Amino acid sequence: MHVHFLDPFRPRNSLIHRFDPRLKLVLTVAFILTSTLIPSGAWPAYILLFALIFSTEVLSALGVGYVLRRSMLALPFVLAAIPLVLTVPGKALFSLPVGPWSISPTLPGLERFISITLKSWLSVQAAIVLAASTPFPDLLVAMRSVGVPRLLVSIFGLMWRYLFVLVDESIRLMRARASRSGHSDRPGTRSGGGLVWRARVTGSMAGSLFLRAFERSDRIYMAMVSRGYDGEARNLPLPAIRPAQYAILAGSVSLLIVMIMASYLLWG
Amino acid sequence: MLPIHFAMHLPDGFLSVQVSIFMWLATVPVIGYALKRLNADLGERQVPMMGVLAAAIFAGQMLNFAIAGGTSGHLIGAAMATILLGPWAAMLVLTCVISIQALLFQDGGLLVLGTNIFNMAIVGVAVAYMVFRTVHRLTGERSWGLYAGGFLAAWTSVEVAALGTGLELSLSGTSPANIAIPAMGGIHVLIGIGEGLITIGALVFLNATRRDLIKTNTAAQPKGNWVWVAGLILALLLAVASPLASKHPDGLISVAQHYGFLSNEKNPLFSLIPHYVFPGIGDKTLATILAAILGTLIVFGVTLGVAYTRRRRSGSDDQQQV
Repeated sequence: MHVHFLDPFRPRNSLIHRFDPRLKLVLTVAFILTSTLIPSGAWPAYILLFALIFSTEVLSALGVGYVLRRSMLALPFVLAAIPLVLTVPGKALFSLPVGPWSISPTLPGLERFISITLKSWLSVQAAIVLAASTPFPDLLVAMRSVGVPRLLVSIFGLMWRYLFVLVDESIRLMRARASRSGHSDRPGTRSGGGLVWRARVTGSMAGSLFLRAFERSDRIYMAMVSRGYDGEARNLPLPAIRPAQYAILAGSVSLLIVMIMASYLLWG
Repeated sequence: MLPIHFAMHLPDGFLSVQVSIFMWLATVPVIGYALKRLNADLGERQVPMMGVLAAAIFAGQMLNFAIAGGTSGHLIGAAMATILLGPWAAMLVLTCVISIQALLFQDGGLLVLGTNIFNMAIVGVAVAYMVFRTVHRLTGERSWGLYAGGFLAAWTSVEVAALGTGLELSLSGTSPANIAIPAMGGIHVLIGIGEGLITIGALVFLNATRRDLIKTNTAAQPKGNWVWVAGLILALLLAVASPLASKHPDGLISVAQHYGFLSNEKNPLFSLIPHYVFPGIGDKTLATILAAILGTLIVFGVTLGVAYTRRRRSGSDDQQQV
């Protein structure tokens, strides 16, 4: 089995896929920044931001269901914000006695909690559209052109290239373990030895994965040098950004700025 | 079968913009220095070595073992990378892992990426280095000292990074300090034990097969003393600040408000313009309804446009086939 399924890029022929990766990266970060800046409880702004990202999803031809399903990944983290419902001072919605305490959610607390959940959900969708509509090499060039250090971008690129190889390796290691330590799919059947033994076996696997990677990196370096590597990774430049795309960028950014201002002035 | 990650990758939206930017400012110079250091040490070897090892840590996080009741422990790798590669390389490798996870797998947000890198790659590594070197030295660099140091370094790095995450959440006003910090700390006491056990396993294996790797990298690093001191300060700071903050969450909130991490309810700049200047639109209920209608119209329009162009395209395809 090979782990191509790890690659989030889904090739389509859509407006969003054709949009310049540099501008796409900038716009994604601007969108996330906007949704983070919108004050809590500014519902009109959240609705408009959702309309924006939803339209982008429709335009991207990725399948709205795909993006929404993936966006559920970040949801478990909202657990961290749940206490807000109870601790932000304000008018209690109702009071529920539980043993010695009473649970009384407040309206401002609930408002804050829902706002944080929405912010996080909107941001994750933008990040998904970026990753699914941009091939990784283009994303690397985009990162380079917004000022991420050249060396770091080269390391990212090499990491990406060997990610699949090493994930394959770790899947092979796990299969080997499953076939040697009495793994059973039947629930309730014990597999392997005690907890410490299991942890040690996993540790050995991690150590051996590390060792293989270490030795592989040597071989890769030799191979690179023998093909003329001199410390510089060269990429084909991306085509120039068309004026129409600049116009879209300017329009979207000013729309986002207007939305932030409106949300503070009117609904904050 | 994406790697299931621990609760430390903050998503976007959970931290205030001020905290996120502040953490970026703290992260960027450290990573810049690590890049420079390694470039001096490794030269052109740096790119393949760091890249492949970062991929290995990413893949290593998929290795898990059953604990109990359907939960499983898995490797995070900060301590292991620190012991095997030294602090600077470990920081860089983990920065790559965390960045790729955020950029491609939405494991952690983009705006809060600086914070995630700071917690796991900088604090985690510095603290692991401090603990490991201290224990390793104190035990006279014997092999049981290697394992004890590895376990403690793994546990402490996970725990301290978790406390940092809790502190940032409460500084942003996302979670009250007296809940966020004990909760983050409590969960990671157990996660840290799993991490520690795996780290021991890895060190036992590597000590048997490639002792030379461990030998060269556990030797004192040039300028490593700075990391040692930084690790000590960070560990102490978080160990002292976290219980204090969770005992007096109001104190933390006032600090946050004072430094502008937590936006005050009313912003004086914006209250200059009285609300009644915009009749109707200032009314939140009406504005919400208007926004909902506008939003629906936008989405409807876009969907219609996409459907129309696709129908036309498939129509022309049909004609070509005929």
